[in-house]
Amino acid sequence: MSIDLKHLTIKKAHDHFTKGDFSARELAETYLEEIEKKNKDLNAYLEVFQDALDQADEADKRIKEGKATLLTGIPFAIKDNILIKGRRAGAASKILEGYYATYDSTVAKKLKEEGVVFLGRTNMDEFAMGSSTENSAYGVTKNPYDHSRVAGGSSGGSAAAVAADMSLAALGSDTGGSIRQPAAFCGLTGLKPTYGAVSRYGLMAMGSSLDQIGSLTKTVEDARIIFNAIKGKDTFDATSRDFQTPTSKKKIRVGILNYFIDDLASNGVDPEVMVNYNEVKKKLESIGYEVKNITADVSSLKYSLATYYILMPAEVSSNLARFDGVKFGALEEGKNLLEDYLLTRGRGFGKEARRRIILGTYVLSAGYYDAYYNKANTVRSLIQKTFKNIFEEVDVVLTPTTPSPAFKIGEKSSNPLEMYLADIFTVTANIAGIPALSVKSGEATVDGKKLPLGVQFMASHGHENTLFDIGKNFERALS
Amino acid sequence: MLSTKDIEKLAELARIAIPEEEKASLTREVDAILGYVNEIQKVAGENVEKEIPEHRNVFREDKNPHLPGEFTEGLLEEAPRQQDEYVKVKKIL
Repeated sequence: MSIDLKHLTIKKAHDHFTKGDFSARELAETYLEEIEKKNKDLNAYLEVFQDALDQADEADKRIKEGKATLLTGIPFAIKDNILIKGRRAGAASKILEGYYATYDSTVAKKLKEEGVVFLGRTNMDEFAMGSSTENSAYGVTKNPYDHSRVAGGSSGGSAAAVAADMSLAALGSDTGGSIRQPAAFCGLTGLKPTYGAVSRYGLMAMGSSLDQIGSLTKTVEDARIIFNAIKGKDTFDATSRDFQTPTSKKKIRVGILNYFIDDLASNGVDPEVMVNYNEVKKKLESIGYEVKNITADVSSLKYSLATYYILMPAEVSSNLARFDGVKFGALEEGKNLLEDYLLTRGRGFGKEARRRIILGTYVLSAGYYDAYYNKANTVRSLIQKTFKNIFEEVDVVLTPTTPSPAFKIGEKSSNPLEMYLADIFTVTANIAGIPALSVKSGEATVDGKKLPLGVQFMASHGHENTLFDIGKNFERALS
Repeated sequence: MLSTKDIEKLAELARIAIPEEEKASLTREVDAILGYVNEIQKVAGENVEKEIPEHRNVFREDKNPHLPGEFTEGLLEEAPRQQDEYVKVKKIL
């Protein structure tokens, strides 16, 4: 049977497997053919795993024995900062050249237990620093909808892989929007779970208080299936915990943050994004949701981006101290030990990584620690408190995912601050630790090409089911 | 205003060699970013009362260690320089 990759979902693939329409091997072969055709141009994958078909054969055995789960045999792409034992992992950085993972991340372990097929590791901004995948040491990943544009970042490779039918699902990581923004740019569903819901063991740390592993998929249901498989308290990640994940309420109240309309709309948000956002509000109302302006004081949220760009570089400067050419990765030798460090890190890290480490070192240094890092933590607490108040009024907050559709390769790379503004809608969820889901919401026409747009739903800690519920209803209403 | 000297000091602390031709632009960029993030100073200085988190004291009991040497070989294989079960570095003192 010829396989329709475009409309394939996890459940459909599973049904085809169990009915014997096609095997996991045939499905993996089909994706590998697509990768063969498209990856040279798109540069989504850094490596295609040689044993993908062997993994598929193992999955087929399970399927034949009737022991398949929903995820058995499902092809996955994995972001280059998530460890799979015995495989290369490098966070798209030269400083980790030659590094083979010495253990499985917990998410990889869980997915192995399900019997997924890992097709390969995907391109990303180096150490997850970026919003375009232009900061990869291995070239940018192109947007499948317009090859002159970025796929987004930092999980650009994962997004392009799924959007171009080079994988059915992908794992990414999200520290300030790195799953949701590329998902929006590539017309996908991207989930950043509640902080602590998914174990970070085996995820190369960027911002330890902000990072989460999540999924990029074509549908909300696929995101739900994957989330349920990878979530859970893990003794290897002390920040992880089980959440009650209550089933969603019958009447979900959707909240609108006024300051987006007043402040940002006139200030750098694409007019087509605002048009689409207003259409989304009307669509949600038409399918029965109450959409209301949030009345609580949300003024602290204006400082989300500034808070993020203090806390994250601070944590980055600490987390990246381990890359020194001593324990793993690449080593550039100098005359003495100090020079080993200076050269290894100076040459192994790319420009953006160096920039953020310097920034983090500054905000943590004596004399500035209080004004920057401590102050940012105070603002963070304020933001968290603000969300507590918000979620007493509403169940879900709705925003555009990004201020614009995918921008052109090179358009923002000369001005780091301009690039950071791409995260303006997404960083808040990481600061507050709340879950957020980006869903395809429409298209913008730019230079004669149709580019996807995404809309973001945020809910309170542990309320992923609310996100899946409204996400699925919205998805259905658009189809 | 950040100076190149400041950047050099920070680079030394972070153990990163910044190429000479990059120092000026890096100084400008970091300065601009600091200018932007500094806006958090506008937030009224109240200290938000920290709630005692539900999730705390998550250390495990100091029991049941893994067998000595169980992971040594695998980990050492990744080290750029190694000798006799040790990671090797240039002299420190």
